[in-house]
Amino acid sequence: MSDEEEIILSELNDDDLVAQMMDDLYDGLKEEIVESVEILLGRDWTPYDILTKALVEGMRIVGIDFRDGILFVPEVLLAANAMKTGMVILRPLLAETGAPKLGSMVVGTVKGDIHDIGKNLVGMMMEGAGFDVHDLGINTDADEFLAALEEHEPDILGMSALLTTTMPYMKVVIDQLKEKELRDKYIVLVGGAPLNEEFGEAIGADAYCRDAAVAVEKASEMITRRHNQRT
Amino acid sequence: MSKRQGGRSARLSKVSSIEPLVEKGAPNYTKPANAESVCVIACGALAHEILDVVKLNALDHISLTCLPAKLHNEPQAITPAVERAIADARAAGFKHIYCGYADCGTGGLLDTLLERENVDRLPGAHCYAFFSGVDDFAKREDADMRAFFLTDFLARHFDGLTWGPLGLEEHPELLEMYFGAYEKVVYLAQIEDETLLDRAKEIAERLRLDFEYRATGYGDLADSLSKLKA
Repeated sequence: MSDEEEIILSELNDDDLVAQMMDDLYDGLKEEIVESVEILLGRDWTPYDILTKALVEGMRIVGIDFRDGILFVPEVLLAANAMKTGMVILRPLLAETGAPKLGSMVVGTVKGDIHDIGKNLVGMMMEGAGFDVHDLGINTDADEFLAALEEHEPDILGMSALLTTTMPYMKVVIDQLKEKELRDKYIVLVGGAPLNEEFGEAIGADAYCRDAAVAVEKASEMITRRHNQRT
Repeated sequence: MSKRQGGRSARLSKVSSIEPLVEKGAPNYTKPANAESVCVIACGALAHEILDVVKLNALDHISLTCLPAKLHNEPQAITPAVERAIADARAAGFKHIYCGYADCGTGGLLDTLLERENVDRLPGAHCYAFFSGVDDFAKREDADMRAFFLTDFLARHFDGLTWGPLGLEEHPELLEMYFGAYEKVVYLAQIEDETLLDRAKEIAERLRLDFEYRATGYGDLADSLSKLKA
């Protein structure tokens, strides 16, 4: 759509409005996203469809373009903030309407590390994709991870680190899970700028996720595989 | 208020104008290769400091070549860039090569490459560590967990390397997302310079963080370079 002409969102048909929402999300426009969400709700769209077909799909594209070096961190954050404003409207409605749940996740930045931008994006994208997310915040030690796993009994444990010096702590947590014979109970996903596939494999994680979109893909795939193995 | 930019299609149409992280072209060396020389392939953020150490210690056998400091913001690009630079240096006739990077967020990938290439590197996880002294830095790890570090180079180029790329000029509302968990700016000063000190204080103020000054000098950088022999 052209950025020259003024766009009256309420005058767009559903398909054009969803396409415009993806553009607006891409451009990080919070107020426009709120307006579009409210228009679609007024047209009797389910909160789940608005979330998945417009917001999550829009953020998936943002994730792809970030991966490909077309978008950069500030633009991804602005898009995420725009998605968040949409989520604020949709979250209570999703709870009311009993939207399908794919699974649940405990996620945190590991001990000694205060960086949470990537972890927050993962949490938001996972929530958008239908996961219950329990975010433990930053500087999370093994005891806190284990206590949260016991309390919430999630399908997935997600750990994040930005520093070369803190990423080895992920292995400490995984080793503690092994010691307590709990390792196989959870899908363990790890991510963060200095990590790579080899590191994820070496510490015994199930997968390394290079960005939030990949985290959602891997989580969904692994949950489905696990479900199929059990049925 | 933000304006519509035209979404993805508009962005894709501009992609060709995005500059590459590593410019192509012949690498520059401060001195040509000879039997005695050691080629130091370094981060551009260390260029001044390395040249100072070379001059102060009369390390005339060191020839310096630098990769762009902006690789700081894309650590996954560092290892392939160093790999190319090593190949270039060998092609230029250097028999002895040293890597002027720490791990620098490569998560061990740089070490894997350097082991394969039989090239040593600067100690520690990053420049904050070797300027502070790797051992001292490790001792302060817990106390400094919420510190945002500046060096002389980063204080000098904060706007171009950090403030601008983080989009804070246009979107100051992102400041909390980036720096909300930090408590202080720690300025690791390599040289005494009032202008840089004021600049570092101003950066701390802009980031709404406390300020701490530590005069480190060149730390382990000087020792590491002084030990290099052809």
